[in-house]
Amino acid sequence: MTNNGRPLSPHLSIYRWPITMTLSILHRVTGVGLSVGFIVWALWLFGAASGVEVYAGFMAIMGSIVGKILLVGWSFAFFFHLSNGMRHLVWDTGRGFEISQANASAWFVLLAAVALTAIFWWLQS
Amino acid sequence: MVCLARGSGFDRDFLVAAIVTRATGPGPANAGTGDWWGQRLSAIALTLLGLWFTYSLVTMPGFDHADATAFIASPWNAVGLLLLCVSLAYHSYLGVQVVIEDYVHAPGIHVASLIASRIAHAVLTLIAIFSIVKIGIGA
Repeated sequence: MTNNGRPLSPHLSIYRWPITMTLSILHRVTGVGLSVGFIVWALWLFGAASGVEVYAGFMAIMGSIVGKILLVGWSFAFFFHLSNGMRHLVWDTGRGFEISQANASAWFVLLAAVALTAIFWWLQS
Repeated sequence: MVCLARGSGFDRDFLVAAIVTRATGPGPANAGTGDWWGQRLSAIALTLLGLWFTYSLVTMPGFDHADATAFIASPWNAVGLLLLCVSLAYHSYLGVQVVIEDYVHAPGIHVASLIASRIAHAVLTLIAIFSIVKIGIGA
């Protein structure tokens, strides 16, 4: 089939990845991540209910390097999913759908999530 | 109804058009718009409860066993944690369900994943509720 040298859909070589797509995927990824975090949250409560030794074991795991990285990840996932969830609730009222508005709210949500994560760990330290 | 449906193409189209002007049934998932509302109401609840829990994590004096149980045992905190647990489980269950429906297509694994998610959420919710109540009562 001749196409006279015109680019073929979906034009991947010239496609600019929009920020809104990144946030859409991040909302799902962080949502699933937080569902896994629910397991750890329940184990924290169960550990506390099980006594000093079980709780200490749980805290030792979460206090390790891997545990700390996971906790920072979950805190970011929480603040991101919370901020972007509010963005979704605004969309549910029929507002904010212009491309310029969606792009602006995307950057705002991303910056808010990073800032809230930083403030949270700054207050914890 | 049967008579009209067996009629000419025009009659059949007209009948369908008359029925489908307004959605009346519970939809393909047999849940109507219930899940949509459930997801949003639990989202609003989680906004408040999540921020309260984050604030609690910041203001807790420490995270050793005595600090944790003292926090959980306080009546208002215990009620807040129970509400958080139920909202979180419900919201998580609905979200994971959507993800499974979107990405897991193999018929057997699809249903198995949905069942596994339902059981996991139920078990985790019970573990969390039991733990909060046990610490709260001090047994």
